[in-house]
Amino acid sequence: MSEVRFTSDHEWIAIDGDIGTIGITDYAQSQLGDIVYVELPDSGRALEKGEEVAVVESVKAASEVYSPVSGTVTEANAALADQPALVNVSAEEGAWFYRLRLSDPAETASLMDRAAYDAFVKGLD
Amino acid sequence: MSEIVTLSGHRGLALEEPLLFEVGEPGRTGVDLPEPPPFDRDRLGGCARRAPVGLPCLSEPQAVRHYTRLSQKNYGIDSGFYPLGSCTMKHNPRLSEKMARLPGFADIHPLQPPQTAQGALAAIEALADWLKGLTGMPAVAMSPAAGAHGEWCGLMAIRACLEDRGQARRRVLVPDSAHGTNPASAAMCGYGVESIPANADGRVDLDRLKAALGSDVACLMLTNPNTCGLFERDIVEIARLVHEAGAFFYCDGANFNAIVGRVRIADLGIDAMHINLHKTFSTPHGGGGPGAGPTVLSAELAPYAPLPFVVRDETGLRLVEHAAEAARLGAKPFGRIKGFHGQFGVFVRALAYIMSMGSDGLHQASADAVLNANYLLARLSADLSASFPGPCMHECLFDDRFLKDTGVTTLDFAKALIDEGFHPMTMYFPLVVHGALLMEPTETESRETLDQFIAVIQGLAAKARAGQAEDFRQAPRFTPRRRLDETLAARNPVLRWR
Repeated sequence: MSEVRFTSDHEWIAIDGDIGTIGITDYAQSQLGDIVYVELPDSGRALEKGEEVAVVESVKAASEVYSPVSGTVTEANAALADQPALVNVSAEEGAWFYRLRLSDPAETASLMDRAAYDAFVKGLD
Repeated sequence: MSEIVTLSGHRGLALEEPLLFEVGEPGRTGVDLPEPPPFDRDRLGGCARRAPVGLPCLSEPQAVRHYTRLSQKNYGIDSGFYPLGSCTMKHNPRLSEKMARLPGFADIHPLQPPQTAQGALAAIEALADWLKGLTGMPAVAMSPAAGAHGEWCGLMAIRACLEDRGQARRRVLVPDSAHGTNPASAAMCGYGVESIPANADGRVDLDRLKAALGSDVACLMLTNPNTCGLFERDIVEIARLVHEAGAFFYCDGANFNAIVGRVRIADLGIDAMHINLHKTFSTPHGGGGPGAGPTVLSAELAPYAPLPFVVRDETGLRLVEHAAEAARLGAKPFGRIKGFHGQFGVFVRALAYIMSMGSDGLHQASADAVLNANYLLARLSADLSASFPGPCMHECLFDDRFLKDTGVTTLDFAKALIDEGFHPMTMYFPLVVHGALLMEPTETESRETLDQFIAVIQGLAAKARAGQAEDFRQAPRFTPRRRLDETLAARNPVLRWR
């Protein structure tokens, strides 16, 4: 059973051992509106926590996605290139952006859990 | 409201317009050309065309009507109010157009010998002198062809200067309230971009700026007044901090319209700034013509200005076109950024505008632009939600708090405005507020126009509050096309006919 954590920039990360799966939250996709394009990182890319790693573009705006933790990209979700709309439908499951091997698992401690993130989003409205 | 359908698809005399490829028939033509002489196909080698070209074949009235009808569907500043924030859609004076059409200007060719183009070079010099005078800056690069091109020109000059100093500074700081093109220009120039958040006043957060400055920062790109329509009142302190860190201070001059004739850019500590002639000096843009973004430079950056540039010697005015010649004059141009020397037609219009206004007229124009924006802000603050308290500069910013729980979005509101006969304001920009509506009336609008616009906005806000969300979602209802499916167009663009 993986553990899910959230950032204040509306990314989620599901952690399974030293592998993290990252995407944007359902709240983020609802704010962006219809998503038309997603740019993903190449595997092998080394990321610092907070580094700009992907771009998501909707009819309203283009936004950057920041890596919640440091690590090396192992895989990107190729399905999103052809079907960016998947992010609107399944932001927190099928429409994950990339996976990485965590270089410092301790970094996840500073991220929010589900309850904290929900409270954070509530405060934004 | 029921959909009105006609047999033809036309509505009254607003005609449905097919593509040229969908009308006409093979062999039809508007001109009677003589039979060509016998043609020697062999001389074309294997390149002789085997299939028809596939151009539309039309009579002259078909072609004329097509373009006339398309022009009637266009909405421009000559048709009505165009309050697109951050774009300065002001009237383009007919006198400037007349000057640009003088045969000596209009019929000139960029490859003409300079001895035969002395008047044109003198016009470029005269405009350059005005721009230097209005900003207090010692030099100006005239060739950038648009605002973002000017940003890039300024950054290239900064990069060249830093390289000369042997400094490898890799970061450019861009506040959240800056123009959207700034981060793109910095990235194009090879810099890493770091954004500086705005404070609760909609201005640069000084503490965050201080924390971000360091020995690897090449420059700060600030827009002043910023895209919230606010004057960055800490600008002198910002300049001091930036220079103290050994970085340059770039200013995006897209909003120069609000301060021209009143603020000398050099006095603010700015090292480089582009001037959108198509905004501040009222030349056509936004589909009406190309822009121009001359970039003023400090004495330190001036030697790096791009080729070509105008010099005066004993033979008159001429263009310095090559690096070797520039080096003999003590300049170190970073290169060339455009085929010829800037957008000459725009220069003529801008110079005509400046000379017809005079410095007293420019001084009044910036005041009127600010007055008009504050009039909108004051009259609309009770109905919409102003993002920041006034006074504002040349544009006023609202967000979508007034639409909360109405089921109407900023987009719906803008579409409803089209049905009412107004071009919408800028939406969803700047990103520092939620569901932004940014309005820039400019100084060229009359009180009557602003009052009509205000009455419509107030009426629409009342409709939204009264729960008539469905009307908004249906809008626009009176345009040749209703709401387009932007999502489908972005996801599956059809880029060619058939």
